[in-house]
Amino acid sequence: MLRTATRLTAGVGALLPLITAAAETPLNMTKGVTAVSQDVYQLHMTIFYICCVIGLIVFGVMFWSIIHHRKSKGVKPAQFHESTKVEIFWTAVPLLILIGMAIPATQVLMNMDDTSEADVTVLVTGSQWKWHYKYIDDDVEYYSLLATPRAEIENKLAKTDNYLLEVDRPLVLPIGKKVRFLMTSDDVIHSWWVPEFAVKKDANPGFINEAWTRIDEPGTYRGQCAELCGKDHGFMPIVVIAKPDTEYRAWLTNLKAEQAQAKAEEQKLLAMSMSMEELMAEGEKVYLAACAACHQPNGEGLKGVFPGLKGSPLTIGDINGHIDIVIHGKKGTAMQAFDKQLSLRELAAVITYERNAWGNDTGQMVQPKDVDARIKSAI
Amino acid sequence: MSSVAEPVDGHEHHHGPATGLKRWLFTTNHKDIGSLYLWFSFAMFLVGGAMAMVIRAELFQPGLQLVDPNFFNQMTTVHGLIMVFGAVMPAFTGLANWMIPMMIGAPDMALPRMNNWSFWILPFAFSMLLFSLFTEGGGPNFGWTFYAPLSTTYSPESTALFVFAVHIMGISSIMGAINVVVTIVNMRAPGMTWMKLPLFVWTWLITAFLLIAVMPVLAGAVTMVLTDKYFGTSFFDAAGGGDPVMFQHIFWFFGHPEVYIMILPAFGVVSAIIPAFSRKPLFGYASMVYATASIAILSFLVWAHHMFTTGMPLFGQLFFMYCTMLIAVPTGVKVFNWVATMWRGALTFEVPMLFAVAFVILFTIGGFSGLMLAITPVDFQYHDTYFVVAHFHYVLVTGAVFSIMAAVYYWLPKWTGHMYDEGLGKMHFWCSLISVNVLFFPMHFLGLAGMPRRIPDYALQFADINQIVSIGGFAFGLSQLIFLWLVIKCVRGGEAAAAKPWEGSEGLEWTVPSPAPYHTFTTPPEVK
Amino acid sequence: MATEPLPGQTPAYYVPEQSPWPIVGAIALCLIAVGAGYTVQQMSGDATWGKWILFAGLVMLVVMLFGWFGNVIHESMSGFYSDQMDRSFRQGMSWFIFSEVMFFAAFFGALFYARIFAVPWLGGSSNNAMTAAILWPEFTSQWPLIKTPDGTETQAMGWQGLPLYNTIILLTSSVTLHFAHVGLEQNKRKQLISMLSLTVLLGVIFLFLQVEEYIHAYQEMGLTLDAGIYGNTFFLLTGFHGMHVTLGTLILFILLLRIIKGHFSAEQHFGFQAGAWYWHFVDVVWLCLFVFVYII
Ligand code: HEA
Ligand code: HEA
Ligand code: CUA
Ligand SMILES: [Cu+2]
Repeated sequence: MLRTATRLTAGVGALLPLITAAAETPLNMTKGVTAVSQDVYQLHMTIFYICCVIGLIVFGVMFWSIIHHRKSKGVKPAQFHESTKVEIFWTAVPLLILIGMAIPATQVLMNMDDTSEADVTVLVTGSQWKWHYKYIDDDVEYYSLLATPRAEIENKLAKTDNYLLEVDRPLVLPIGKKVRFLMTSDDVIHSWWVPEFAVKKDANPGFINEAWTRIDEPGTYRGQCAELCGKDHGFMPIVVIAKPDTEYRAWLTNLKAEQAQAKAEEQKLLAMSMSMEELMAEGEKVYLAACAACHQPNGEGLKGVFPGLKGSPLTIGDINGHIDIVIHGKKGTAMQAFDKQLSLRELAAVITYERNAWGNDTGQMVQPKDVDARIKSAI
Repeated sequence: MSSVAEPVDGHEHHHGPATGLKRWLFTTNHKDIGSLYLWFSFAMFLVGGAMAMVIRAELFQPGLQLVDPNFFNQMTTVHGLIMVFGAVMPAFTGLANWMIPMMIGAPDMALPRMNNWSFWILPFAFSMLLFSLFTEGGGPNFGWTFYAPLSTTYSPESTALFVFAVHIMGISSIMGAINVVVTIVNMRAPGMTWMKLPLFVWTWLITAFLLIAVMPVLAGAVTMVLTDKYFGTSFFDAAGGGDPVMFQHIFWFFGHPEVYIMILPAFGVVSAIIPAFSRKPLFGYASMVYATASIAILSFLVWAHHMFTTGMPLFGQLFFMYCTMLIAVPTGVKVFNWVATMWRGALTFEVPMLFAVAFVILFTIGGFSGLMLAITPVDFQYHDTYFVVAHFHYVLVTGAVFSIMAAVYYWLPKWTGHMYDEGLGKMHFWCSLISVNVLFFPMHFLGLAGMPRRIPDYALQFADINQIVSIGGFAFGLSQLIFLWLVIKCVRGGEAAAAKPWEGSEGLEWTVPSPAPYHTFTTPPEVK
Repeated sequence: MATEPLPGQTPAYYVPEQSPWPIVGAIALCLIAVGAGYTVQQMSGDATWGKWILFAGLVMLVVMLFGWFGNVIHESMSGFYSDQMDRSFRQGMSWFIFSEVMFFAAFFGALFYARIFAVPWLGGSSNNAMTAAILWPEFTSQWPLIKTPDGTETQAMGWQGLPLYNTIILLTSSVTLHFAHVGLEQNKRKQLISMLSLTVLLGVIFLFLQVEEYIHAYQEMGLTLDAGIYGNTFFLLTGFHGMHVTLGTLILFILLLRIIKGHFSAEQHFGFQAGAWYWHFVDVVWLCLFVFVYII
């Protein structure tokens, strides 16, 4: 038995290069672009090889007897059925192998767990079905949504590359810096995963998990939500753009500027009012981006899951009630608070749209200032 | 020994089964109930499989073609639930009912009436579960692991039905398990000492213990889900001082032992078949028993390996990684013992043996991927990808399900009194073997390449492999229709089977004629 | 091991004839499950038929229990049962109680997890500094959790007063039950009946005080089922225990009736034994409750 075993290990030795070749193909785990992801990859391959070797030995012996110890070859069955020595041997050897695996694994894990001394900290908040990024030290924040058009998903348009892996506003990070992620969620559990960083951490509502990365190469890295989070779990991708620190700084400052300007615009808006056409046109855009996932493009919702807005007392009834639901959300349901997610202008537009689309024609318009008033009155 | 019941009391008493529907509704006979369990589990296998076909069809190509995402999630969830609680577990309980009394020389199960009850509540439970799919808002769509708060605040109205259906499944398993334990402990024939028990009986004894220990915990988990959703408690809601991750701890404290509940009896089956067709005693019987026991004990200490990404403190992650890795040792002992049993035996390859050998190889492959998953830092990359899906289908389909098929082929002659059609059986085996690997092996690559599980649509780079997988899926599904046909054919008729149709098989069940009389061992046999 | 049947003696093991009761029980359980499911769903709504299905199921279950146990009692009285049969019943009951233990273990587990991990973490301990800093700045970790992270306030239930009395009551009830058992074994029917009745009485008093406590909690203390993790664990643990006491009291009461009818002998009294075990188990659960829910 041992003789064949050694013979087989020799065979495996010859096979290894082949397996390695296979390991290079895109079918395997990515090496990634961080020191940690490299470690993880190495760990993955080592254990894989160990399993291959063990497998080849075990199955080798097995096939040896399948081929040579057949009744049809007239062999008389041996009757041995016990050997404490052998039992001890094949209890001890696997144990040693496992210890051999555990040591490097422990080292890598301890390294991954150490989130101290970060240069940049980003608060990552998952919600159905989008990600929100907040640069803690520079209080800049924004939402990041799937950018793949519905038409492609519904096979009405040809699928472009990065299908389902495209977002409207990617997360931008500096390379060569230790970036710390604080993960949390507004509703159900999500999981923020970018394979190239070997970072996958659950975003638990009400708790904050920490993870970190230090990206070596600039580039665009894509990942997906990795915890079932409801209907559109498959449609909340993650895109990270890694830039040299200087470019990253520049990007951050001008984003700040933009957001400040947007705020100013808002204030101006409060003075004037928009026309029905403007409101409806913009409203439809916003609705399809922010609301249609649940309430459906035709406003009919999904029976028993998401309420319809077509002819519902909410959208044709009291206007303030409608505004309040949209800005504050409905606790204990999937309806989120949109006051932080949309601008006054967008809110006004989308509410107007909901009150006049699909034959809801209330004819009523909602202006940014009305929304602003409701928000203020809440405080 | 007499294999037919003596009249036990005054009023008249027929030896054979009652006739018509009454026989099946009112029966207290372990063989009848065993058959009921087995047929029910096969029906559920078809239903759960049909759902898997929906999943595979939707994933055949990128984009949404057949079902909307919400329904897809329901398919995934109910597929998992049905296969685990409806197909695999009842199948093993059915085997236990049929074989354990015959293997230990008992007249029947210890508590025959309760035995009937344990079975008959199952069809109701699953009807409820399936019915909930048609209610407004749909059935469970939160995965078979029903993580809170997706299963509480954000779940469909029908969740209450799901909760109570699970309660009934739990009651059924617990009663079934109690029956098995008591039968084994209290009903062994004179001289049937512990270390003479067939391994199938041993593994089931330990499995039954696991069931009684963890099923009530599942009941607790669903109860908290119920109160969180409908009664305003906040076990899994931080705002009230709870923690969503606490749900996962409670669930997996049940869930991990549960997966061994689905594999230990399989080990027992294989440990019966391999010696039989190697014409050589099982190697290392005692070590097999100890290995089974250590697996059971360890299974209580590894649950959080399903939760490495939830942000447990480092210490916890390390503890659960080490314990999980340890399980490879006793499992290895088993694999090595099987191989050693074949070594220098006189092998023949009838269908039961073919499935048993395939089991050893493919289960081991599943075990290897399990071990890879156990390595915490690497699990961060594997977790919730198709790599996990590949892992558990290897251990569950080519593990548990293959062993069940092996068992059916092995004992079918004893049950029906007819030999099954060997040619058809071989065809079933080879079709299944090839298609199942086309189905599940490429899933490893999907996972490593980064495809998450539980998604109805995927990025383009996954398209080719998914297509292959789906084709394998359809092929494997159709192959199972051969099996269905073969079993029906064998029940209907065929070459008469001897009391001991397999040259090398051991055990009391082969001392009674085939088909086994309605009542066996009403007076216990002497075991030397 | 099984004993060889001697002529005229009952066979080694009694395998009952076909029985209609299990299937009746199965249908009953199904009705209960469906009924309970819809009752719960219909709490928010105006439909109410769920209740009726639930009720029908419960009635059917009671019928089934009477029929089933009727058979068992008849069989055992007619002496079909061997010692081995008796062992089966005893072992079955013990394992059932073990499963009950594990059911409570789940809720005790939740209690300990909340106390040792969840609440402190929300307060910023271990690797959750940021949880407290960013999400719950006002929250302070404490147990009993009388102020939840979202600010719901409640009061902690002290162990003096009612809970203490209840502890004493249950403990005494276990003692009285023991003496009843002794009475049974020594054929002292007087002692048996008086002690058993006393036990039942104590059980009833316990339940009464428990209700008192709940009313007090709801009306004076604002300690309600939805008052955060403290209230949750408090009510689910004491609540499920209360249900078990109710069941136990019923069982003991039925046993009392059977004894008055002259069932059970010093040798043959598994039914009584089982009821007693169940009661002692319920008692032990209470002790754990008293220590972990009330005192510490
Ligand atoms: C029958 C069911 C079954 C069985 C037997 C196993 C067996 C094992 N499983 Fe598996 N597992 C599942 C069913 C099962 N699993 C399911 C259903 C899930 C997913 C649940 C969900 O999320 O939906 C899962 C998920 C799962 C995870 C979580 C993955 C994730 O979600 O991130 C992990 C992680 O550690 C794991 C590990 C293991 C290990 C270490 C074993 C070990 O027992 C394997 C031991 C066997 C061997 C190792 C092979 C034989 C041994 C030798 C030849 C000896 C020498 C070998 C070495 C020294 C390497 N399993
Ligand atoms: C023992 C348990 C068991 C078994 C036997 C199976 C069997 C199969 N599973 Fe299973 N599966 C699970 C347990 C099991 N699964 C679990 C626990 C999950 C996780 C669920 C979750 O994430 O919550 C899962 C998830 C799961 C997924 C991932 C879904 C997702 O993440 O979104 C997929 C995808 O391919 C899949 C496919 C299959 C297939 C193709 C089979 C095949 O083997 C089925 C073959 C059988 C048949 C097909 C039936 C017989 C034939 C007919 C009925 C005739 C009709 C057939 C045709 C028309 C071809 N399963
Ligand atoms: Cu978010 Cu899945
Ligand atoms: Cu596990």
